[in-house]
Amino acid sequence: MKFGVVVFPGSNCDRDVAYVTQQILAQPTRLIWHRETEISDIDVIILPGGFSYGDYLRCGAIAQFSPIMKAVADHAEQGKCVLGICNGFQILTEAGLLPGALIRNRDLHFICDRVSIRVETSQQIWTSNYQEKSVITLPIAHGEGRYFAEADTLNSLEKKGQILFRYCTSEGEINDAANPNGSLNNIAGLTNEKGNVLGMMPHPERASDEVLGLTDGLHLFQGLLAEKVAMAS
Amino acid sequence: MSQQTYKALIYVTLRPSVLDPEGTAVASGLQQQGYTEVEEVRMGKYIELTLTTETEESARKRVNQMCHQLLANPVIENYRFELKPLTTTVGG
Repeated sequence: MKFGVVVFPGSNCDRDVAYVTQQILAQPTRLIWHRETEISDIDVIILPGGFSYGDYLRCGAIAQFSPIMKAVADHAEQGKCVLGICNGFQILTEAGLLPGALIRNRDLHFICDRVSIRVETSQQIWTSNYQEKSVITLPIAHGEGRYFAEADTLNSLEKKGQILFRYCTSEGEINDAANPNGSLNNIAGLTNEKGNVLGMMPHPERASDEVLGLTDGLHLFQGLLAEKVAMAS
Repeated sequence: MSQQTYKALIYVTLRPSVLDPEGTAVASGLQQQGYTEVEEVRMGKYIELTLTTETEESARKRVNQMCHQLLANPVIENYRFELKPLTTTVGG
């Protein structure tokens, strides 16, 4: 399975993602400058975290028009996997590949922390390697991570099971106290309707190496490899 | 055909359904300074740009497109703008 990691000016988690896919999972991985337009060799394209274009205007607003984004939209249209992490999630919403928007945290602070996340379903390719409703710990690091969508969009997301990750207490309870940034419905990560595009604010790549003390993120990447095997057989 | 340069004054505001924690913090700051009559503050963005087009209608259409495509995010923001003709004209 070949991974591609897009590098925008201002991306800063690109090498962390590539480290996980290349060094830990031993999968071929290509760092792709945002001006490139050819990614037909790639199975999973990842938009990493960071501050593309300095977060000018709105987070992800300018990156959505980088030349690579046309190829990313085509990739998604073909049903192939697209993962946006943190700033990558913001770019996917700005580009309209995921619904809603990510706005300033409720308490205005940049939050850098480890938080409890509930995996809502294991029925999606992204979460096939997790136990349904299990509570995992992932790092977050963002100032604009409060998920917002209009009520009808939110209802539709809930009804169609597009919400994969929610902020929760260590016991898995979903409430306001466990919501670090004020995201509606405690949303930390969601997919498009087809399920092949995932955006999430937590950083699975920062929780994939034992030396960092957290490995709950690795299952997400490993799950993709298992899916690939399943598809090939 | 002569061209006219316009200055566009663009106001981008959060849609009423979007909570504005920054505005709430500023309101609280004002109230603490004794401006107790302040009820609500909503923060937004102000953008100025100049453009040269053949007609005002065309300028209006282009700025509207710019707002919709990039300068505002319609999911969370509303926008409005004014056009001011500048005295310098180009071409003839």
